[in-house]
Amino acid sequence: MLELKDLELKFFTEDKEIIVLKKINLVFEKGIIYALTGPNGSGKSSLARMIMGIHRPTTGQIIYKGEEITPLGITERARRGIGYAFQHPARFKGLRVTDILEIAMEHPDNHECPYLREMGLCPDDYLDRPLDDSLSGGEIKRIEVATLLAQDPDLRILDEPEAGIDLWSFEQLTAVIARSHRPDCTTIIISHQERILNMVDEIILLEEGTVAMHGARDRVWPLIRESTRCTCSRDCPERGNFYADCPR
Amino acid sequence: MLTALDKAMLEQVADLKGIPAGAYNIRKDGRGIERRSAPGIEIRPKKDQPGIDVIVEPGIEGTVHIPVIITATGLSDKVYNTIEIGSSADILLIAGCGIHNPGHAEARHDGIHEIAVRRGATLRYQEKHYGEGEGEGRRILNPETILLVEEDAYAELELIQIRGVDDTIRNTKARVEAGGRLAMFERLLTDGGQKARSDVVVELIGSESTARIVSRSVAQGSSKQIFQPRLIAQGRGRGHIECDSIIMDQAVVRSVPEIWAESAEAELVHEATIGRIAGEQLIKLMTLGLSEEEAEERIISGFLK
Ligand SMILES: Nc1ncnc2c1ncn2[C@@H]1O[C@H](COP(=O)(O)OP(=O)(O)OP(=O)(O)O)[C@@H](O)[C@H]1O
Ligand SMILES: [Mg+2]
Repeated sequence: MLELKDLELKFFTEDKEIIVLKKINLVFEKGIIYALTGPNGSGKSSLARMIMGIHRPTTGQIIYKGEEITPLGITERARRGIGYAFQHPARFKGLRVTDILEIAMEHPDNHECPYLREMGLCPDDYLDRPLDDSLSGGEIKRIEVATLLAQDPDLRILDEPEAGIDLWSFEQLTAVIARSHRPDCTTIIISHQERILNMVDEIILLEEGTVAMHGARDRVWPLIRESTRCTCSRDCPERGNFYADCPR
Repeated sequence: MLTALDKAMLEQVADLKGIPAGAYNIRKDGRGIERRSAPGIEIRPKKDQPGIDVIVEPGIEGTVHIPVIITATGLSDKVYNTIEIGSSADILLIAGCGIHNPGHAEARHDGIHEIAVRRGATLRYQEKHYGEGEGEGRRILNPETILLVEEDAYAELELIQIRGVDDTIRNTKARVEAGGRLAMFERLLTDGGQKARSDVVVELIGSESTARIVSRSVAQGSSKQIFQPRLIAQGRGRGHIECDSIIMDQAVVRSVPEIWAESAEAELVHEATIGRIAGEQLIKLMTLGLSEEEAEERIISGFLK
């Protein structure tokens, strides 16, 4: 489905250049769900944005469905079936929830309701809501994921879909992602959450802009868990939970 | 008789398909050409100056259309309309002006509306401005609206000008009495070398009176826009001004909201923003398959809706 060859991404600020990603070589297969994880600032979102065409790699190649797409822009990549649910979704003055879902759908005569319902939002309450600051962080995040479901791309990237979503809805979110994953599509989920990492086939660990580990979940997860053991646990009254993503 | 062009213009400015039901007055090239009153709604020409009186009796509900069209070049039309909405009446008033200037001389319409919304009445007022024409003649519209919102009455003004008008100076003055409510929504798009200016003065004179002024505009090309909404509260009034502009190309936008309280009981807020379309908005729509131009168009049309 997707192959990244020797990718490097640099950002240039006034006085210096920052190397955000270096020597990225990855292959994403059809039908597989991947988790992309790693510390804050390790380059996960940058990698996703580069696949979507928002950032251009400084060097390297992106091959999608057997064709090189490195020079293509965002629109062209979207039309070929790449989709991205942003970590921080944009807000719009003047667009409503129903508008963005309609834009996302290939055949807008289809009903947009099921996508909201999948994300635990009642269409009657939300379809006509403006997509602006009046939505809470969790709401806009759910709508962002619903938009990706409506778009139903062949290669979909979800950037921390669980961020801001309450614990109650977590089960539902992982179930929806699994259910909507077609056997001929590829799903990449950026996440730090153990429960997300538990639902995927393969895990990729990014550290300081390079791939530090990549493999089947059952092999990689124990190694990562070891390195993310919570260091506060000695004084933690709850004990029990030893991981850095402890929700307490 | 209405020509095909007249009908097309009327549809643009007043959503009219043919002759409307209810009361109406159609003014073309400086003369009233069609008019009808309805039960409880009288429309009569003024005796001493160009224009009409629209008198709605208390308690009447209905729709009134009073569009103006100009299809001749070199025409300057000035008109005075007086509109009286009787107490507890509930009226939708559709005004609006379309200029089709076929020639190279200026075509201009200055409409002065004096509107009284009596006790407990509701008025929804829509005014759409529209210009077109093959010639290079400028299309100029200078509307002036003087509004009185009496006790416990509600007035909602929707003022829209999307493209085609070269020069506009809009003057709106409103006084809102105790318990009265005013909502004003302005939508404006200018491009090329067009100029638009909107001055609004709202006085909240009674206690528990409220006003909301929302102005959204898009300035493209080398057009220029100035907004000067002013909100004055003499007593226990509440008001909100919101001016939001998208600026593009070489356009210039000035936004000067003013709030003025004469009482410690007043609560007034103003917000004004000017900025380009946020890059993240364009990018989001492009990731859904729109081209950059389509994304821009979608954001602008949503913003002005
Ligand atoms: N436009 C930019 N200009 C300069 N530096 C940037 C830019 N965007 C990202 N960076 C830097 O690149 C690095 C990687 O950022 P990125 O957002 O990809 O991290 P991340 O792994 O997604 O982190 P998080 O878990 O916090 O979301 C960070 O150090 C960030 O500061
Ligand atoms: Mg990120």
